[in-house]
Amino acid sequence: MTMAVNKPEPAKAQQDAPLQRKQTAVFVYEWPLRLWHWVTVFSVLILCVTGYFIGAPLPSMPGEAIDNYLMGYIRFAHFSAGYVLAVGFVGRIYWAFVGNSHARELFVVPLHKKAWWKEAWHEVRWYLFLERVPKKYIGHNPVGQAAMFFMFVLGNIFMIFTGFALYGEGLGMDSWADQAFGWLIPLMGQSQDVHTWHHLGMWYLIIFVMIHVYVAIREDIMSRQSLISTMIGGWRMFKDDRPD
Amino acid sequence: MSEIETFYQVMRRQGITRRSFLKYCSLTAAALGLGPTFAPQIANAMETKPRTPVVWLHGLECTCCSESFIRSAHPLVKDVVLSMISLDYDDTLMAAAGHHAEQALEDTIQKYKGEYILAVEGNPPLNEDGMFCIVGGKPFLDQLKHAAKDAKAIIAWGSCASWGCVQAARPNPTQAVPIHKVITDKPIIKVPGCPPIAEVMTGVITYMLTFGRLPELDRQGRPKMFYSQRIHDKCYRRPHFDAGQFVESWDDEGARKGHCLYKVGCKGPTTYNACSTVRWNEGTSFPIQAGHGCIGCSEDGFWDKGSFYDRLSNIPQFGIEQNADQIGTAVAGTVGAGIAAHAAVSAIKRAQHKGDQPA
Repeated sequence: MTMAVNKPEPAKAQQDAPLQRKQTAVFVYEWPLRLWHWVTVFSVLILCVTGYFIGAPLPSMPGEAIDNYLMGYIRFAHFSAGYVLAVGFVGRIYWAFVGNSHARELFVVPLHKKAWWKEAWHEVRWYLFLERVPKKYIGHNPVGQAAMFFMFVLGNIFMIFTGFALYGEGLGMDSWADQAFGWLIPLMGQSQDVHTWHHLGMWYLIIFVMIHVYVAIREDIMSRQSLISTMIGGWRMFKDDRPD
Repeated sequence: MSEIETFYQVMRRQGITRRSFLKYCSLTAAALGLGPTFAPQIANAMETKPRTPVVWLHGLECTCCSESFIRSAHPLVKDVVLSMISLDYDDTLMAAAGHHAEQALEDTIQKYKGEYILAVEGNPPLNEDGMFCIVGGKPFLDQLKHAAKDAKAIIAWGSCASWGCVQAARPNPTQAVPIHKVITDKPIIKVPGCPPIAEVMTGVITYMLTFGRLPELDRQGRPKMFYSQRIHDKCYRRPHFDAGQFVESWDDEGARKGHCLYKVGCKGPTTYNACSTVRWNEGTSFPIQAGHGCIGCSEDGFWDKGSFYDRLSNIPQFGIEQNADQIGTAVAGTVGAGIAAHAAVSAIKRAQHKGDQPA
């Protein structure tokens, strides 16, 4: 989370009020982060579509088996996109360490801070139409940050772990994926249970994507800062100069 | 231990020729996934080593493991291994009965303390102090613990002993548990399946008797040589799966052409067993070859995953069973409706306050 911006100390604010610099844009998302965002969008899209068709395959192909490889192609796309998503996610964690402070928001939710809860409450009231004016944020608002962590980050980790555990079944016992993630299978019961959980995980992420896209568009229109263009160009534009 | 016969002596006594014996050794080497150079090693071990006694206990079970075992494809395996076992204790197959039978078990335990292999078919129920399964007037749980105490190693025959199987399926009124829940201090080899394949059973026993050690086990205690791959990985219908050619419903064109049974609930992709390679009844066939999907009988809790004919598992919640897609679509639909409603209210609010919002 980033605290609401333009919150100078009260005394200073009064003194400097007439001279306050107009802050209309802040650079938030560095290029590796933006690239990661869109690569992830692309992979999740492919993963959901192909994953769905692995669980519920398309109508049977006519002709001989030797002339067809549809399921093979679908699975190949799923596994490739899975690799891209996982490698990207590892890169994203690395960027949380070396990138700017906004790069850490996804992974560190300040649940112990009272101010965070206060702003989260304000945000909930804003979404319930109980607040007339939203606050300004450079990074994520508290509710958005919580959704990012609990739905996307944890959901993504769950999908990567269960995904590679299942992938390891195909690679074979003692393969790297089996060594690294195979322990999950007995932990969750058996292979079929991991399939079911992986499937439910997809729906969890789909619900996150639905909310994420809706809120991004809504906030882009109704809040006091830019959202969609920020994830493209990296700059957060503010629509007004009023503090907070 | 000089008074104990070797395997070879037992075989010769049963009228098996040396030629057949050597054939058996090379066949066993092949079945265990060992190279041909191991055949003489097996022969040597069987000629020189005194046989290891085996005690075979029966708990809550249907005897399908025993039925499978006595139908092992290679007659030698059956005769030799089985005769060795029945010499000691197997209450289903032995000649003795009643007190004599129980005495035989006691004798074996005393005589071969720490040397015998305990094979368990079925599992113990824990509810009501184990009263749901009584052997020789005492709860099976007691007999199992007693026999396990001095065993060298333990084999869990079938899905009952390995996972719990049907008697442990929800709601499990007798509280039947797999044997590893009550025996925690001994190595247990799980040979799951309902029943396990005969050649797999004899293969595991032969390996242990020949080499005097446990076969290499996977994470869940199953011998890797037979359980390291899924039915799906070696299924002869796999090319149809990769091609995207499925049986859509029973007796359709795909079923006649022998297409993949994935859509009609085949559990081959999630089941670890050797059916698609070893097959059943002297390698004659296996369920998928007969046109029916695998039901996943060698997997943990296979009774509780919903229909054998559905691809996606049922998820029980509040008594209503749905699969992941049904739950997912319902929740996603609700969220979608919520978003639409929220967007509508947002638009109205925005329109209402358009004038009075300071720019």
